[in-house]
Amino acid sequence: MKPNINQAPPMLRMENVSKTFGGVAALSHVDLDVHEGDVLGIIGPNGSGKTTTVNAITGFIRPSEGRIYFKGNEITGKKPHQIADMGITRTFQIMRPYYSLPAYKNLVIPLFSPRAKRTGGWRGGGNLGDRKTIAIDILEEIGFERDSYIPFKTTSTLPTGYLKRLELARCLALQPEIIICDEIFSGLSMSEIASMVPLIERLQDEGITIVMIEHRLRELFQVANRVMVLNFGEKLVEGTPKEVMADERVKEAYFGSEKIEEVMTYA
Amino acid sequence: MSKENRRKERIDRGIKVRSDGLYALMSWREMAYLIAPRFILIAGLLALPLLMPGLYWQRVISIVCIYAMVAISFDFLAHYVGLVCLGGAFFIGVGGYIAGIFNAYFGLPPWMTIPLAAIAGGGFCTLLLLPCLPLRGVYFAIVTLMYPLFMARIIEAFDLFGGTDGILGIDSFSSAFVEQYFVVGILLVFLFGLRRLVNTDMGLIFTAVMDNDQAVRASGINITHYKALAVFIASAMGCLAGACLTHIYMWSGISQFALDFSILPIAATVIGGAGTLAGPVIGCLILVPVSELLRDFGTLRIVFYATILVAFILFRSDGIMAFAKRKYEQIERWTQV
Repeated sequence: MKPNINQAPPMLRMENVSKTFGGVAALSHVDLDVHEGDVLGIIGPNGSGKTTTVNAITGFIRPSEGRIYFKGNEITGKKPHQIADMGITRTFQIMRPYYSLPAYKNLVIPLFSPRAKRTGGWRGGGNLGDRKTIAIDILEEIGFERDSYIPFKTTSTLPTGYLKRLELARCLALQPEIIICDEIFSGLSMSEIASMVPLIERLQDEGITIVMIEHRLRELFQVANRVMVLNFGEKLVEGTPKEVMADERVKEAYFGSEKIEEVMTYA
Repeated sequence: MSKENRRKERIDRGIKVRSDGLYALMSWREMAYLIAPRFILIAGLLALPLLMPGLYWQRVISIVCIYAMVAISFDFLAHYVGLVCLGGAFFIGVGGYIAGIFNAYFGLPPWMTIPLAAIAGGGFCTLLLLPCLPLRGVYFAIVTLMYPLFMARIIEAFDLFGGTDGILGIDSFSSAFVEQYFVVGILLVFLFGLRRLVNTDMGLIFTAVMDNDQAVRASGINITHYKALAVFIASAMGCLAGACLTHIYMWSGISQFALDFSILPIAATVIGGAGTLAGPVIGCLILVPVSELLRDFGTLRIVFYATILVAFILFRSDGIMAFAKRKYEQIERWTQV
């Protein structure tokens, strides 16, 4: 069974983080602890501040208020590349591959980064050979067909399923400590999602902490050991998937009354 | 299969994909097919100064090469880094003035002032462009367009370096032969050097910055650093071209900041083919001599000039290079692989 409550100090901590855009409060006073080895799910209706949370952690926006710590060091207000350099990587909800490059060359970029040069990149393999071959290793690891031509195809010709994997592969190439997946399952077919779930579990087994923003609750509750629910920028509930499911406020805010029984059976 | 063998096999697979068959390397005719276009370009450029009748047309070839250097630096910045830089005149002017100052005031010979102008000018231009690096696309273009105007007005207003008269009494190259082969040689080095650079891992970062700068930042890479590096490479090339121009004309002045040096390279890139690096060189080889031929028509030459541009944009918007490449690839391969 996955560890539920971890006594060690949190790996990533958000303290009282708020963000306002003009007069709109996208996030208000959110506290969050992510422990090492956690798979934390963040759910909530559209516009509830999930992506703003990710942007605040990864430095793409600066919180209006509050502090964020990674392993005890404050990272509030640091630049995105500095935060990624410390080992917090993210995928983008709207995928951002380098469309004019072939898939494997997309991974040369993170493998060329200072962090990858320091740690050796994915599993410290940076000293084994040239970056392009390591890139293909990672792609095959992440589910691109073995010994096929797909890694060499131009990214703009790849279907969504591969692009989502490519986003994840770009994070993995950095040998990250935390991966924040922003809706990694959305837009995928059922079979593609089914093959992604074991991948996420494998990453967790390798000791990578994962934060997942997701609308696909069924799959999320398979992999997550803790779930946070956001609504209108506020933290509604945090707990195990079962606790979250049972909470009346969550049912009201998120699931809609008629679907409760159906969703409950997934948990 | 061991992991190392597996890796090796994958590298070979990549080569197969890139070169349409590993066996290309084994047949001399296949190799000739790959080398021929490069050979024609190099041999043609090297032969041009010899073929030209008279000093006047030889001088035109030098000017072509100088424009071509600015044009490939524009092409590199715009289509491999994503910074559309209209500051070609800025680079030419800064390089020209630095070479002029070192030569006329400090007495350094051209073989020292030209590399000095490239490095010091590249540094100076990069430093001034640093505040604009967060901008992209048309915003970067507008700001960089202002730089040459700004420099020219400052020199004029404060009467710096001879003011409107410019710097006089600069050494020329030791002979016309040295002058032409120097600029042709430098142009070829730049062209093939840049083509090599954009395919290295660092060149891939430049392309990635163009495609999606946010994703590059999320990969732990400081994009300002790489943009500054790219601007330094491009501006050093432009400054070197400007230094050559100063030594060819034996004069450097405000007219080196004229917008011709920003506009003509862009027109040449449109005609030659954007994002090909060799295309701008071909474009300059057409545009600069045409503008010399039309000199007899006086101001009317702008009309001819504009007509050529419009015709290209309408009928061959991907440029000569892309068209020629397509046609060349349609020629049946000399050998069956």
